[in-house]
Amino acid sequence: MSSPTKARTQRSWYKRNEIAVTPWLFLAPGVVAFLLYVIFPIFQSINISFYEWDGLGEAYWVGLSNYEELYWDDAFYVSLRNNLIWLVLYLLAIPAGLAIALFLNQTVTGIRLYKSLFFFPFVISQVVVGLVFSWFYDPSFGLLNQILGVVGLGPINVLGDERFVTYGIIAAGIWPQTAYCMILYLTGLNAVDPEQIEAARLDGAKGLRMLWHVIIPQLKPATFIAFVVTIIGALRSFDLISIMTGGGPFGESRVLSFYMFEVALSEYGFRMGYGAAIAVVLFLIMLCFIAYFLYSMYQDDKGGR
Amino acid sequence: MFPTPIEKTSRNWQLTYQAMLPAALVLWLLPLLAVALFSIKPDADFTSGNYWGVPSSFNFLENYGKVFFASDMPKYLLNSVLITVPTVIGCVILSSMTGFALGVYKFKANLWVFFMFVAGNFVPFQILMVPVRDLTLDMGLYNTKIGLVLFHVAFQTGFCTLFMRNFIRALPFELIEAARVEGVAEWRIFWFVVLPLMKPALAAMSVLIFTFIWNDFFWAVVLTQGAESQPVTAGITSFNAQYRAAYHLMSAGSIVAALPPVAMFFLMQRHFIAGLTLGAVK
Repeated sequence: MSSPTKARTQRSWYKRNEIAVTPWLFLAPGVVAFLLYVIFPIFQSINISFYEWDGLGEAYWVGLSNYEELYWDDAFYVSLRNNLIWLVLYLLAIPAGLAIALFLNQTVTGIRLYKSLFFFPFVISQVVVGLVFSWFYDPSFGLLNQILGVVGLGPINVLGDERFVTYGIIAAGIWPQTAYCMILYLTGLNAVDPEQIEAARLDGAKGLRMLWHVIIPQLKPATFIAFVVTIIGALRSFDLISIMTGGGPFGESRVLSFYMFEVALSEYGFRMGYGAAIAVVLFLIMLCFIAYFLYSMYQDDKGGR
Repeated sequence: MFPTPIEKTSRNWQLTYQAMLPAALVLWLLPLLAVALFSIKPDADFTSGNYWGVPSSFNFLENYGKVFFASDMPKYLLNSVLITVPTVIGCVILSSMTGFALGVYKFKANLWVFFMFVAGNFVPFQILMVPVRDLTLDMGLYNTKIGLVLFHVAFQTGFCTLFMRNFIRALPFELIEAARVEGVAEWRIFWFVVLPLMKPALAAMSVLIFTFIWNDFFWAVVLTQGAESQPVTAGITSFNAQYRAAYHLMSAGSIVAALPPVAMFFLMQRHFIAGLTLGAVK
């Protein structure tokens, strides 16, 4: 007499809680993988930054001394300064992308192919972009110096000159980033409300005034995404520096992400603790932006379901 | 439409625009065109200083033949495929599930779990580097493709969850409610109702992840070494070391390394752009 009741309650427990349990079953594999490979390592890195560790042997607790060393480390400030230059100059990709998008937002024959070809640099790996640009800059045969030669300017060794090197690398990075912003804006422009444009035209708005007061406000979602991906891209810069200069000359083109790698995993030594401390600083910088992004998304989300 | 459509402007401006388009394109792609030119030049041109002139002979087959048959390049390319394709499959599986859970169900922790994925996705790689390398070493997966794949799948799940969740939220919720009223089990709703609707999003996401992973350099350097497991982005530096100063071969090698994502982009253009610009329009 008891067994059918039991079977029914067993079945009905799952049935009763199906809606509550199912999402967690679906989330489990993804959440576990993400915790294991992304969330826990963040805290582990913070922990390692308090140790002196070569990655193999015993780790020694050193408290804040890695951070103290960082405070006196000139190379750290050079990297930090370069990171700021990257951040500021990288943002130029947004107006540049908008400009190209406006230029290409027409319906002449073959424009689709033009759009794809303009987008092309973004699809190529940064490694190849780096190689392409280091040949472009080459002081003996690079195309840049050939062109400068025609105008009568002497050859510049962009990547060998500490004054130019960071800007040279940033220019290489802005190239694909502009393509990305361009495609965001092209999509955005497609969705701009034509009635508002007509209304504004009737009111006599055109050119830059129209762009500023009517078009750009409507492109806000595209601008937000362009801003997010550009900031992330600027702070992630590693590939280009590694390929084009290896941090040189004299460490002048390092940024935090590259300096961290150099300290922790290159021939200069395996100082995991010190590297982790640099990574923590980079993480804290990023955290300001992450907090802002999440806040914006949260504001957005409240409107939805 | 803004700017003013070209067909409504003066004849002069129309002609100027038509002329500016190809000129701007050539200028924009100049560094790439240079490499393409290098890659079909014979070795002799470089020793004789003929860098930018007309190639003295057309060496397309010789140069690219060498890349494919006299170097480790095919091995690197195969490694890249064997890393990229499993990663894409893994991401599709994990994130269609997480996206479904976060997009369909209301529960207290929903937004927190979602924000964990989003925030983690923005984190600088360097803060993960030491522990992830350690974890991979401990699992005995250092310098293996599978070690790289596991990390990529886990990390990309952040981005993919964001992507899938937002897509699923935009689906008509009535479909799911109707199925529930019919008494359809939740996992069957996932499989038979939501998954078929997710196809375009999954296609867009797959193309994007393919490109991201193919082009990854940092993790390839951190987690692998040597031709048996390195993908082409990391392998190209050894390739270049092998052919130091042989610019025709290095150029050909770079083009070969860059080609698969480019081909993917041109074949799947619609999906690619739909994925990349998701959220750019409200």
